[in-house]
Amino acid sequence: MKEMLTEGLIYLNINGEVRKTLVRPADTLLFALRERLGLTGAKPGCENGDCGACTVLVDGWPVKSCLMLAVEACDHEITTIEGLNNTPIQREFVEKFAFQCGYCTPGFIMNCQGLINIHPDASDEVINEWLQSNICRCTSYEEITAAVKSALNTVNNDPVS
Amino acid sequence: MSDSYIGKDVIRKEAWDKVSGRAKYNSDYSSPNLLHGVLVCSNCAHGYIKRLDYSQAVNMPGVKKILTGADYSILCGSIIQDRPPLAVGKVRYYGEPVALVIAASEAEASAAAVRVVVEYEKLPTVNSPAEAIQAGAPLVHDYLGDYKHVIPEVYPTPGTNIVHQVKIRKGDMQQGWADSVCVIEGSYLLPQADHIAMETRNARAEVLPDGQIIIHSSSQAPFGIRKQISEHFGVELGKVVVHVPLVGGAYGGKAAVQLEFLAVMASMATGGQPVMISNTREQDIMASPGKIGLEARIKLGADAKGILKAGEYTFLLGTGAYADTGPRMGNSIAMNCTGPYKIDNVWCDTYCLYTNHTYVTSFRGFGHSSLTFAVERSMDKLAAAMNMDPLELRRRNLITPGQTSPSQVMMTPSILGNVPACLDKVAKLINWDKGARIRLDNQRIKAKGLACFWKTSNSPTDAFAAAIISFNSDASINLNVGAVKIGPSTKTTLAQILAEIMQVDINKIHVEMEVNTRTSPHHWKTVASMTTFMVGRAVEEAAYDAIHQILSLAAIVLQCAPGDLHMSPGRVYYKDDPGLYVDLADIVHGYKYPNGHTIGSQIIGRGTYVMSRLSPMNKETGQGKTGPYWTPGAQAVEIELNLADYSYKILRAATVLDAGKVLNPASARGLVMGAMGMGLGLGSREYYIYDQEQTLQNSSLRTYKVLRIGEQPEYLVDWIETPHEASAFGERGLAEHGILGIHAALANALSEAAGVELDQLPVLPELIWQKRKEQQL
Ligand code: FES
Ligand code: FES
Repeated sequence: MKEMLTEGLIYLNINGEVRKTLVRPADTLLFALRERLGLTGAKPGCENGDCGACTVLVDGWPVKSCLMLAVEACDHEITTIEGLNNTPIQREFVEKFAFQCGYCTPGFIMNCQGLINIHPDASDEVINEWLQSNICRCTSYEEITAAVKSALNTVNNDPVS
Repeated sequence: MSDSYIGKDVIRKEAWDKVSGRAKYNSDYSSPNLLHGVLVCSNCAHGYIKRLDYSQAVNMPGVKKILTGADYSILCGSIIQDRPPLAVGKVRYYGEPVALVIAASEAEASAAAVRVVVEYEKLPTVNSPAEAIQAGAPLVHDYLGDYKHVIPEVYPTPGTNIVHQVKIRKGDMQQGWADSVCVIEGSYLLPQADHIAMETRNARAEVLPDGQIIIHSSSQAPFGIRKQISEHFGVELGKVVVHVPLVGGAYGGKAAVQLEFLAVMASMATGGQPVMISNTREQDIMASPGKIGLEARIKLGADAKGILKAGEYTFLLGTGAYADTGPRMGNSIAMNCTGPYKIDNVWCDTYCLYTNHTYVTSFRGFGHSSLTFAVERSMDKLAAAMNMDPLELRRRNLITPGQTSPSQVMMTPSILGNVPACLDKVAKLINWDKGARIRLDNQRIKAKGLACFWKTSNSPTDAFAAAIISFNSDASINLNVGAVKIGPSTKTTLAQILAEIMQVDINKIHVEMEVNTRTSPHHWKTVASMTTFMVGRAVEEAAYDAIHQILSLAAIVLQCAPGDLHMSPGRVYYKDDPGLYVDLADIVHGYKYPNGHTIGSQIIGRGTYVMSRLSPMNKETGQGKTGPYWTPGAQAVEIELNLADYSYKILRAATVLDAGKVLNPASARGLVMGAMGMGLGLGSREYYIYDQEQTLQNSSLRTYKVLRIGEQPEYLVDWIETPHEASAFGERGLAEHGILGIHAALANALSEAAGVELDQLPVLPELIWQKRKEQQL
């Protein structure tokens, strides 16, 4: 981790691109993404690690970006919702009506994407355990579960997609 | 066009924006010159502000200005004006905003906010609606009699905590009790709770040099904001412009105007600079309004066959420290107080009461979820007292066309729908006939519970909506309405209505997602599940207006009468010879003859809809009609209770709604299931926890528990489709209704399983344990 005592420049590897930005040592990754880099897909819902709306992938693992300092993210590969393009999980969220207001959606999708990468053969228990870190207040969760199962299926049957 | 768009699972127009992170919500905007306001909230529930010292804070880096209640003497409220945007003189709830720190960044404003010193002289608190109504209770508002009434039909009692009361007087109570052989009574307690929209409330404002006020807000009521800001700041209505982009969940909670006042004050105080105020989750829970609390007493009498003869209802609504829409919710509860049952003799007293808790505003169901809990627990008590199947008791009493509601509205199939059909269908879905209570082993019991509900809106009698459709030269259509895009796929449904009537491809309809009060046609508020009805009617009218214009122009081009022509996707053709046609694209921006002469120009259709034949409730009898129609339904829940520790699993939850014609079934199903989930959360865990000082104990998502994935039951949803004749294609509102009876059904099932009366929410295992202990079970 980079040492940082005052406001300064850092380089972040986001969605395959190196981006330069000015942050304070206390700035969270969520803040840097949204306010400094214009990547507003990750949402604040609690800024306390309770809701998962801010989830991004760090080296492929879902991380709540409100709980990570921007400076901690240096030297890691960060993927945000803006880095996904027509992936199976996005398609399934659309097809299965897995959102209403859509505010929790980027966080959910990133968590699902992490799950698909890391546990392509996830059981129902694993799916629930992973997704319990996110809150959706609009849907019943049934739709989200259906979407992630369907995406897991797609990925397992056609690994290139 | 062979395929109809009505009844189709059309995917939300904005779906791909939402799964790609491109959908923009209000707080996704940032700009280097945007100032940030951070609230300082009271840590005292009731007390005089003895000292408010911001001398240290104001000198902190980045701080531009600090505002307190002394800076603006405004009292706001949509029904009675009782609330200062920043506390003046005293605070009335824990979390009430007392100061606003404006700084160059949110971090700087937050750092300064903690340096604002406020000292209070504590006053005795009012802790519940029951305490509030006691003679001699501490007064939350000392000058209740002086407050301005925004609507005439609000009846406060100065010198008490009663901000409003409503009565229902129908039939002859003496006769009703005389005809009853069985009488039951019950008391019910529902604490306040929170909306928990995932996007916390936020607003920004900018005052331009010419006095225009530009507001961007996460709101359900852009036109309400415009009206209130214009009135309170003395700025012409047309000079206030409110923008609302996509909203990240609302459930009624964003119909209140709160942060907008503060943002405007902040901008005014900083020379008109743009200022953003965004609630933290904690502020969103404690400082911004939540759900009403309710204490209810119900007494029901029935004859030997179980036919209801008399109903007496007392409702004490806790509106918290300020009234907001509380009085309207009081009306709403009173006018539907019996639930969807026929009772000829009804006596109802509803009081809206101030307490020292977070104030309230509309919440999904507008009081009806709380009402339904009390009514449906009472129905189960009556069934038990009469030794009757709860299903059968309900069946015998459900209201049907030809009968009147408590506020004496005559029911027709169109107005009411078909309640018995809902109940029968839900009983089948949950397999009611297989037994309401099954002992699995010596620890576990499976049980089922039922609930019926109905709801209509409580809208101003002159509420209206409008729609504008304009054609592009490629014959695609722009649809512009004043309804806000929240969770329901309302705007997609409106596009379905338009596509169906105009016979155009739905992909050629472009819906404006943002509302801008200057360019969008007016819409009352995006609340009460009334949007598809009201705006749908306006869209319908706009579509016919445009068709009339198109056919008239095409008739000149094709040298015939408009009636000889037919609209089809992409063209207008001569009915007798479809080979004779004109392309839509050639006429929607006027038709140009080969010699250059042109007739007609852009086709712009307009439509409006105003609520018809509504009347406010009579002060003495409650008589009146405040909503155009009802959506009724029935619900059931199946649980498994573990007697070892009184933990329980919610196994299945079912809803059958008479939603009229269901325009978009997949989206409708999602709304109903989501509402059930929210209701089960409220039923099983959610509530504001106050300590003895009325300090809110659970203002974070770590302590305020909501349902998470894997905790949801299996959901069963089905429809009855009795058309509401006045709606576009016969639809009825359905966005709220999944919540209405679900916690009643849950408590009925758990009461059945545990063998005790569970008459309060949430039903925590501790409650079951306590009740069984009281009964020595
Ligand atoms: S904002 Fe990060 S978990 Fe809620
Ligand atoms: S879609 Fe609204 S919170 Fe999940």
